[in-house]
Amino acid sequence: MIAIVDYGAGNVRSVSNAIARLGHQAKVISEPSEVANAKAIIVPGVGSATDAMANLRTLKLAESIKQWIAEGRPFLGVCIGLQILFTVSEEGGWCECLGIIPGRVRRLPLGQKVPHMGWNQVKQKVSHPVFDGIPDGASFYFLHSYYVDPADRSLVIGETEYGIPVCSVIAAGNLIATQFHPEKSGKIGLRMYENFIRLATAHIY
Amino acid sequence: MLAKRIVPCLDVAGGRVVKGTSFVRLRDSGDPVELAHLYYQEGADEVVMLDITATAEERHTVTDIVESISENVFVPLTVGGGIRSIDDVRHMLLSGADKVCINTAALLNPTLVSKSADKFGSQSIVVAIDAKRIGRARQAQWEVYICAGQRATGTEATAWAKRAVELGAGEILLTSIDADGHRAGYDIELTRAVSETVTVPVIASGGAGSMEDLRRALVSGKADAVLAASIFHYGICSILEAKEYLAKKGVAVRI
Repeated sequence: MIAIVDYGAGNVRSVSNAIARLGHQAKVISEPSEVANAKAIIVPGVGSATDAMANLRTLKLAESIKQWIAEGRPFLGVCIGLQILFTVSEEGGWCECLGIIPGRVRRLPLGQKVPHMGWNQVKQKVSHPVFDGIPDGASFYFLHSYYVDPADRSLVIGETEYGIPVCSVIAAGNLIATQFHPEKSGKIGLRMYENFIRLATAHIY
Repeated sequence: MLAKRIVPCLDVAGGRVVKGTSFVRLRDSGDPVELAHLYYQEGADEVVMLDITATAEERHTVTDIVESISENVFVPLTVGGGIRSIDDVRHMLLSGADKVCINTAALLNPTLVSKSADKFGSQSIVVAIDAKRIGRARQAQWEVYICAGQRATGTEATAWAKRAVELGAGEILLTSIDADGHRAGYDIELTRAVSETVTVPVIASGGAGSMEDLRRALVSGKADAVLAASIFHYGICSILEAKEYLAKKGVAVRI
């Protein structure tokens, strides 16, 4: 079972529709105890990192997610689900996040329209199985005003140009996270979910 | 590079798409769910669905349609028509819409925009503006109309667009009442005036009659996206043909 974490700020329905379309079983969960039985967890998200962190703490999901990732179990973060992995976000005046990946979440620079909304290309920095069957430079749907800036740039496996090079995919062991929304990125996006699920279910815990 | 978006629009009444039902290529596609899926397959970057009756009785039909579209269409879905309260916004988002479009209620009750943006994020709130030209030649100006273009407001369109963004709109859907339905091209001046005024993306709407019209709105009008109904419903071009045309003319599109 793939668990989709519902903390009140995510587009859980879109993500579960995508997983269902791929023929997999997805369960929307919001209790820390439900996390344990999952093969993989997906943390989606729209809205603000500040609200997301507040809700994850209230629901006591912040610790469960940290522990899950510390155990090296398969994790996919989407949009806000990527940003909350970092140390701190500039959003809402220095919001403390989960601190799993050292680095900051910064406001997109002036000179471009913000939010960064629409289809943009993802340059594959390294070959990674999550990109299987996805051409280098394929477009995905973005919708965000803040971007992640990891201290360790070697974690960046996908990058997107928007005035500056924006980190659009990171990978660290069984953790994968994207700034764009694969569930809104057509067939290419569904392929990325399929790749993630294949990778996640290849591991036995 | 960020691609310009091509956005087909479905105007829905009584559970059917009301434009284009007699069109040959899509003989049996007055069904919004089928039509949305077809456009998704053809490469639509987003889909917009507007409930043009916007009545309470119609609401459950629209909800069913939104749910079905979101199960089959994996690109963003914007839903509008008759959105009057935070509950209306929440309901549409929970039904599967990614963005909700507010028009009349935004102007009559601006706090609806700010409250919705606070609650659900600016990225999910689109303010729709229907505008009509009032100025002449060099000093063109546009007045905002509400209630499906029936009521003048005395509000100038670029000023309202700017205010809507300050309130928290994450995108502006801009329709020219003068151009709408004439298939003689978008109001380029209006589109450019609003695009240059606001910091969020602008979707140009009203008047598309050819692929070249789309190009003009995106290039001369500086729009981030173009919305069209008739040219796709009536088969003047498919979405893929429009994108291939734009790409050949040097416009960044996703193919």
